[in-house]
Amino acid sequence: MLSCAAAALVLLGLGLALLWAPEDADQGISQKIFYVHVPVALTAYACFGWAAWKALRLLWTGDERYDLESYTGVHLGTIFGVLTLVTGSIWAKVSWGVWWSWSERQLVLFLILFLFYSAYFMLRYSLDPGPRRQRSSAVYALFGVVLIPISFLAIRLAEDLIHPVVFTRDGPQMSDSMFATFCVCFAGMLTLAGSLYRVELTGKRIDERVRELRELLDAEPVRQHVLTEVRS
Amino acid sequence: MSTGEKYVAAAYLVVFAAVLLYLVIISLKVTRLERDLAELTELARRRSDG
Repeated sequence: MLSCAAAALVLLGLGLALLWAPEDADQGISQKIFYVHVPVALTAYACFGWAAWKALRLLWTGDERYDLESYTGVHLGTIFGVLTLVTGSIWAKVSWGVWWSWSERQLVLFLILFLFYSAYFMLRYSLDPGPRRQRSSAVYALFGVVLIPISFLAIRLAEDLIHPVVFTRDGPQMSDSMFATFCVCFAGMLTLAGSLYRVELTGKRIDERVRELRELLDAEPVRQHVLTEVRS
Repeated sequence: MSTGEKYVAAAYLVVFAAVLLYLVIISLKVTRLERDLAELTELARRRSDG
């Protein structure tokens, strides 16, 4: 059901962005990248935020299932992070004439956030599976969430920016049709992320159970042998 | 097609390609899990038979 909603919303958003939303007077056709770049970036933040929430739940309750949920959130956030950087670079090239600008705090802070969460996998796989790995990964995921508001607000703190400001205190600085298109695209990207999250989490859970089953079946002959030895 | 249109198409295609790649990876994972489960079922059946 969620997958169908995601497919419908993404296709509707695509249609609205390319066929219905008016062209921006300043940027022209290239502004259409906004409808994919910003929803993808906000979805990446949402995934990292979700991962941090699950990490907090793990540390609070000690329930092991939150570990896999937090890990899946970081996994998806990283994928959406890559897409944010790629689509942002394409937009930068067509608008500013460069693929990347190191002077833009927003871009650099997003890159730091992305690299921080990329390092999460190195930390996770450098430790043996168990409570220590779960706790360390959770603490790391929780620290990363601090970077989200900084990255999000950086654009408002910057003085000499070329990165456009669309959402201000006075509301969205765009026409109603543009804002409606953006909302559909954002809803589509969020439901797509939710759908992928469910698929990924189910896959990871089955993978874990298959591994446990294999270990149990491999250990069974040894257990039988030990029991025979003890009885004799 | 203008330069701007090419860049817009590229941005949308990148996201589409990523979702497609993700679906391919997931389908490969499901295939592997199916194979692993078949193998484990066979192993368990042999054990129960003696």
